Amino acid sequence: MAIIELQQVGYRVKDKQILQKISFSVEKNDFLTLVGPSGIGKSTILKLAANLISPTEGKILYLKQNITQLDPIKYRRAVSYCFQQPALFGKTVKDNLIFPYQIRKKPVNQSHLTDLLEQVDLPANFLNKEITALSGGEKQRVALIRNLIFLPKVLLLDEVTTGLDEQSKCIVHQLIKAIYEQGVTIIQVTHDQSEINSATNIIQIQKDGIKK
Amino acid sequence: MKNVVVSNWSLVLAFALVLVSVAISAKEKLGLTKDILVSVARAIVQLIIIGFILKFIFHVNALWLTLASTLIIIFNASWNAYERNPNPHRKLIDSIVAEAIGTYVTLGLLIISEVIKPIPMQVIPITGMIAGNEMVAVGLCYKALNNSFHDLREPVLERLALGSDIKMASMPILRRSIKTAMQPTIDSAKTVGLVNLPGMMSGLIFAGVNPVYAIKYQIMITFMLLSATGLGAVISGYLAYKNYFNKQMQLRD
Repeated sequence: MAIIELQQVGYRVKDKQILQKISFSVEKNDFLTLVGPSGIGKSTILKLAANLISPTEGKILYLKQNITQLDPIKYRRAVSYCFQQPALFGKTVKDNLIFPYQIRKKPVNQSHLTDLLEQVDLPANFLNKEITALSGGEKQRVALIRNLIFLPKVLLLDEVTTGLDEQSKCIVHQLIKAIYEQGVTIIQVTHDQSEINSATNIIQIQKDGIKK
Repeated sequence: MKNVVVSNWSLVLAFALVLVSVAISAKEKLGLTKDILVSVARAIVQLIIIGFILKFIFHVNALWLTLASTLIIIFNASWNAYERNPNPHRKLIDSIVAEAIGTYVTLGLLIISEVIKPIPMQVIPITGMIAGNEMVAVGLCYKALNNSFHDLREPVLERLALGSDIKMASMPILRRSIKTAMQPTIDSAKTVGLVNLPGMMSGLIFAGVNPVYAIKYQIMITFMLLSATGLGAVISGYLAYKNYFNKQMQLRD
């Protein structure tokens, strides 16, 4: 059963066509990789799927329902978007990792946070580290686990390994693999050749549509 | 009262002060001469008209007329605050609600605590002071909201993407904007009496009131302005931030 389905989705800002009409569907527990030249609209597809912007043409379905009919808050908790250059907020790592609890009005589970930090090779005392003192790789890892504290149904990854060193990239790959094995559907955009080589389900975004 | 009578001849002589500004504009080629003369002409005409209107209202001394006057003051202040809002999706009703609640709550407390009497001679000038200061605070809040939603767009999008509602996603921006709006009143309260002798206090001293009594009024004004600008900034901020989002809870461009 398709978990996400794009039907003739296009996106235009004023006179500029950012994304041509495209259609494709993603099955439950699929791992889809979107590739294509820069500026073709790959990140736009993910932002549309995350309901951070709305298509100017066509529609997006989540479990056969048009996402405009769903509660945006519940939807975004189920379909979680991870930014290419994440903006961490507050002062410390903890400020970022307790945010998902705060918005759900749930008590913070400290051991869950330290487990997640461990999974991305960061020590437990990292929680109190100031975000201004983090490297690019550390920021991306913190941002990624921020999206995974409450496991989404679909994870949208927008070039999350771009600019990372090999060690950080490897850690992120392991975490994504583990998340996928837990049944999360993953849609990623990447330019990384090693990620493209290891992908099994690829959609190429082209000017005139898509190529599977 | 003898102290505060300005003769027409004195007023004409005081016009020389306007000529100082005109001369500066002409010498420095600022191109402000026309603006200065128009603004002075407007000020004179507006003040003459309002002087006669106030004289009439004070003479009639009717509650409905006093109330109508406060409504007009609040609407004008709301309109001006609304005009200062750079958001293309701004709503006039936000400014009206903020101005009306801030003004009437503050005014109500002053009347209940018998600081002022419910007579037009006291209610109308105090309403003007409250609404005017609130208008500045609300305008500042709008500008700060707009700048912050522009500068801090990414963190807001991150919070939305994590499944936050628009209020939680905007909270740091909202706090920053309310703080910016209240800061001038707080700063002014810190320096009152040291740097400036405000209008109310100066007016009473001019009229021959003992300065010790005059400061009591000024203390009341300080309390009043803190309350009014605080209420105005909080209410306008909590109403206006919503205009930066659409029905799908997406941050507008």
